Amino acid sequence: MRLLIKNGIVVSEELGGEKKADILIENDKIIKIAEQIDDENDQVLDVEGLYVLPGFIDMHCAVCDPGHESVEDIETVSMSAAAGGFTTITAQPDTQPAVDNKTVVEYIITKSKEYADVNILPYGSMTLGCKGERISEIGEMVHAGIVGIADGDLTVGNAEIMRNIFVYSKMFDMPVITHCEDMALSGKGVINEGRVSTQLGLLGIPREAEDIIVARNIVLAENAGARLHIAHVSTKGAVRLIRAAKKRGVNLTCDTCPHYFTVTEDVAMNYNTYAKVIPPLRTDSDIKAIAEGVADGTIDVISSGHAPTRKEFKQREFDTAAYGISALETAFALSYTELVKNGVITMSELVNRLSEKPAKVLGLNTKGKLAVGYDADITIADCGEEYVIDAEKFYSKAKFTPVHGRKVCGRIKHTMVGGKIII
Amino acid sequence: MFLNRKDFLGIRDLSAEELHYILKTAETMKFVLNQKNKKVPHLMGKSVIILFYDASARAKLSYELAAQHLSANVVDMMASSSSEKKERLQDMGQLIDQMGADFIILRHPMSGAARLLADSVKASVINAGDGYNENPGQSLLDLLTIKESKGGFEGLKVTIIGDIFHSRIAKSNIWGLTKLGAEVSVSGPTTLIPKNLEDFGVRVCLDPRDAVSGADVVLSTRIFDEVERDNLLPSMDEYRSMFIIDENLMKYAKKDAIVMHPGQINRGVEVATSVVNGSQCIVNDQIANSVAVRMAMLYILSQIGGGLSEAFD
Repeated sequence: MRLLIKNGIVVSEELGGEKKADILIENDKIIKIAEQIDDENDQVLDVEGLYVLPGFIDMHCAVCDPGHESVEDIETVSMSAAAGGFTTITAQPDTQPAVDNKTVVEYIITKSKEYADVNILPYGSMTLGCKGERISEIGEMVHAGIVGIADGDLTVGNAEIMRNIFVYSKMFDMPVITHCEDMALSGKGVINEGRVSTQLGLLGIPREAEDIIVARNIVLAENAGARLHIAHVSTKGAVRLIRAAKKRGVNLTCDTCPHYFTVTEDVAMNYNTYAKVIPPLRTDSDIKAIAEGVADGTIDVISSGHAPTRKEFKQREFDTAAYGISALETAFALSYTELVKNGVITMSELVNRLSEKPAKVLGLNTKGKLAVGYDADITIADCGEEYVIDAEKFYSKAKFTPVHGRKVCGRIKHTMVGGKIII
Repeated sequence: MFLNRKDFLGIRDLSAEELHYILKTAETMKFVLNQKNKKVPHLMGKSVIILFYDASARAKLSYELAAQHLSANVVDMMASSSSEKKERLQDMGQLIDQMGADFIILRHPMSGAARLLADSVKASVINAGDGYNENPGQSLLDLLTIKESKGGFEGLKVTIIGDIFHSRIAKSNIWGLTKLGAEVSVSGPTTLIPKNLEDFGVRVCLDPRDAVSGADVVLSTRIFDEVERDNLLPSMDEYRSMFIIDENLMKYAKKDAIVMHPGQINRGVEVATSVVNGSQCIVNDQIANSVAVRMAMLYILSQIGGGLSEAFD
């Protein structure tokens, strides 16, 4: 079967950036990209005036399945991803049971094939139950098909165990994806430590909690010669540490999420629990530093940071409210509006952070680009009309976001996975 | 040939010439062992103290038999009580020395213990394993077994698979084999490969198939349960799935390659049962050589070293 995408603005390195072009797809592959393709036998999708982008790849997403299917499951997360333009997502391992053995890896892969329209690639946990105590059977899970090792939103506190994991991971060409938070410093904090926490009388999570573990993991990974990937960078200090490490040649990548360059701790005013996320929303100087990091390439990847929870768990006292954010369906719009529309980066650079770089970090050789021979994972976006984010319309079971009601540009019109139009 | 040594503390101290001499002597001892009457008088009137701070039935047995075949008096001293373990090793050595012992065979959980004891006693000290440092006796029997099977060491490709970090036998074998002209490659979980091993002329391979490729000899180490406890290995099952020496892995070695193991094989984890039972595995030859090598070590030291030799001067 052939499908022709006509008249779109194709963003592709091969075309030297953005260019009006047609893309011909046969089965699940891109077989031709040219200024003008005419083939009467093809099914044609006319996308005049719309952006044609390589499908986004999410490096940080909680699928919550198995164990918390009332919060989100493989089917709903897949729809949510497709609605957000993501054609491939990863699954964090801090589920119930945790993805710490090959059986759970196989469960996710099997269920995803059956119920998910987008590609769902599991991470394996570094430690059993993501508890930071005992190293998991990483080799067995690599064999079963994981694409990275992580411990969800938990930090391996013991430096010796973390070091062993870095050394052990060298046997597999696989990124070690670390959430960086010194739990002792975070303590009982629920929000960034600063002006807002003082004003609201809430306990704060200092930025040092992130910076210290970022520094520790850089030192450990550098000495072990391992592949470190730092997840959801949220502080100015972390950006500075990562920039310096990259400058001296450390094998290191990192990601941030759109909310860390879009909104600040101020969103939590009036005890708005939808602003309660891990790591916490920071300050103006942090979001500026994060945007600069994305612009100069210090930050390689923009991930969604999708961390669903139930709305009931949010509608409580701030201290006991659940952490979490529904982020898949706003990631592109926030990134486009904040970064491209505001002139921080170009559309090509955004595509690099959303598709090409994550494909590279995860070792997905036929994804992340619009080029002949690549998978037909394609996202088509309308970046013209402005619209208002409405969480009620999310496909995700988690129908809330701290950016509800925000005016943005960048609406996903179609999402195609392996040549099949999902949306 | 004349070995001017009081002690055997490690292979690292020995020259290639000395190693060849010890192996040759061991071959003579093997001849002795094959006689109907295995007893020879060379250590008559000498006393051998077996001082073990760690239990090991096999090592003890081979040293005891070696000493008895050479007609020495053997005293077995297991330092097991906490007060004995608390006592300074030198003080324990002095005590044994004063009682007129000629040889102390020491096994100790701490690296460098054999050297410490040797420097503080007149008796000859044989290191039967100290911490993660060396076990020259076990290494010499491995070398003898390799020599018998392959004829020599020059250009021989030897691979060691497993836990190199905690294996003093692997360490001794690396020092010995590289000195004798063999090419040594190792592979094992990266957490169990000691740092800077490449600096000693060893090829470190992430993939055991690379390490074994073209090998004449494949040595397995033991994998101790402690590596799981210490978070250096997720599980024995994972070790098996990645590093087991089985027919599949042996396909990468030379057709006539031999497989060796220091004993107490964890079958189906370290080495596949079919390989252990197959013709390539020569662990029985290793065991047969263990007594001969220890006799050679005792005999050579009795020729020059030994606490009493000075008295005869």
